[in-house]
Amino acid sequence: MKRIYAIAALLVLSGCSGNWGWYVVDPTTTGGMNNLKFLASGAYYTILLSVTAILISIVVGLLVALPGLSEKRGWRIFNRTYVELVRAVPILVLILWVYYGLPALSGITLNVFWAGVLALALSDSAFQAEIFRAGIQSIARGQYEAAQSISLNYRDTMRYVILPQAIRRILPALGNQLVYMLKMSSLVSVIGMQELTRKANELVVSEYRPLEIYTILVLEYLVIILVVSAGVRWLERRMKASDT
Amino acid sequence: MPDLLGNANSEGLRNKAAGHHIYAGRGDKTAMSIISMQNVSKFFGDFQALKDVSLNVAQGERVVVCGPSGSGKSTLIRCINRLEVHDAGEIIVDGTVLTDKPEDLEKIRGTVGMVFQQFNLFPHLKVIDNLCLGPRRVLGLSEEDARARAMTYLERVQIPDQADKFPRQLSGGQQQRVAIARSLCMEPRILLFDEPTSALDPEMIAEVLEVMTELASSGITMIVVTHEMGFARRVADRMVFMDRGEIVEVGAPEDVFTAPKSKRFGAFIKQILNH
Repeated sequence: MKRIYAIAALLVLSGCSGNWGWYVVDPTTTGGMNNLKFLASGAYYTILLSVTAILISIVVGLLVALPGLSEKRGWRIFNRTYVELVRAVPILVLILWVYYGLPALSGITLNVFWAGVLALALSDSAFQAEIFRAGIQSIARGQYEAAQSISLNYRDTMRYVILPQAIRRILPALGNQLVYMLKMSSLVSVIGMQELTRKANELVVSEYRPLEIYTILVLEYLVIILVVSAGVRWLERRMKASDT
Repeated sequence: MPDLLGNANSEGLRNKAAGHHIYAGRGDKTAMSIISMQNVSKFFGDFQALKDVSLNVAQGERVVVCGPSGSGKSTLIRCINRLEVHDAGEIIVDGTVLTDKPEDLEKIRGTVGMVFQQFNLFPHLKVIDNLCLGPRRVLGLSEEDARARAMTYLERVQIPDQADKFPRQLSGGQQQRVAIARSLCMEPRILLFDEPTSALDPEMIAEVLEVMTELASSGITMIVVTHEMGFARRVADRMVFMDRGEIVEVGAPEDVFTAPKSKRFGAFIKQILNH
């Protein structure tokens, strides 16, 4: 925390020198306040986009992870192929492909938001699949055997015995992915999504103050991500507390 | 609620006598044996864990399986509820031939309960929820009925006051008793015990054995893998001694303890009793 104060102090101090023009985002002036509101208005889509994408990627990731744990080779090959292929595509490339390429291929045109969600979710699902696979594999064999011995079927074993334990273990990794997703959502600005980065870019074009505006942008992401991290840590603590 | 364990009592005792008779005519598969294993083999890679093993168990019979580590005791009982899949031979449990057919598997797992060395309780669920999971999801009991049944069996293993705790808050002996209660909640006809006291501190072994002894008197069919020879002597109808994947000797405890027929069993008993 001390370090963050130091950086903030440094920024404020350096703002006094001639290189900075904080007036563009000065909340005491009408113009500055409007600019700040404009910048902050992107937060809605950044968060909505990231949260929607991560929810989808968790579901898809789990569905991809399960065949990876199968005894049947065919299922495992499906899992490996999906993970390796999807993981190899850069997110920015995936965004462009989904937004500009997919309509040409399939005739389905997605709006900017859903194209962004789809690209981010797709990209993240490969990582989620690996996280789930590792988490599920970390559960001791005795848990499966106990579940089998009371005649639970595969679905119930996963739902009531394995996944609740696996999810507790992978929660920190899931938190990391959410942070990663929030940052990667900035790339969706290239197809015109009105999220934080896009708003900042637009303001820079009209105000010509990239230093100050992008500094605010940095702080915006910082605040969102610190809040998310704290939330994940709280959830971890709560889950741990609930079974001691 | 049907009290299978209680009702099975007199029947079990009657069948017990029959069980010895069946055993005398080895390989004779009459309706009286609830478990029949014929020429069962099991391989782990190149290692043969079970070599052509045959064993019949009568309904209500209490069988104790002993032998040195690596002798195939655990593998033997794990084949009975198909946690291990045997490679050759035939296993019939309560009239059902063990195959990969899911409906057969479901039937067998509903008939056979198992208690593990490491308890294998579900750590994220409270004791009561550990017990209710099977009855709710497999037997389709209402929550109320499942809880009532769970409490009945928790009382039976003498820890009803621990119902709302998590497994890690209990001692090893208590955890194992919860595990026994969890099996009982499915009201199985056969209970398998895989070294149930081996992971316990000495002072907790007695409380688990006490519960098992009480269960044995209820008429449920029990197969117990254990080194607790005092328990075996008190409770077993029949002792099975295994070594290197084979059943070396079978007999009533009073006979085998005083006059073991095979050298290997004699040496094993001496070692166990003198340790």
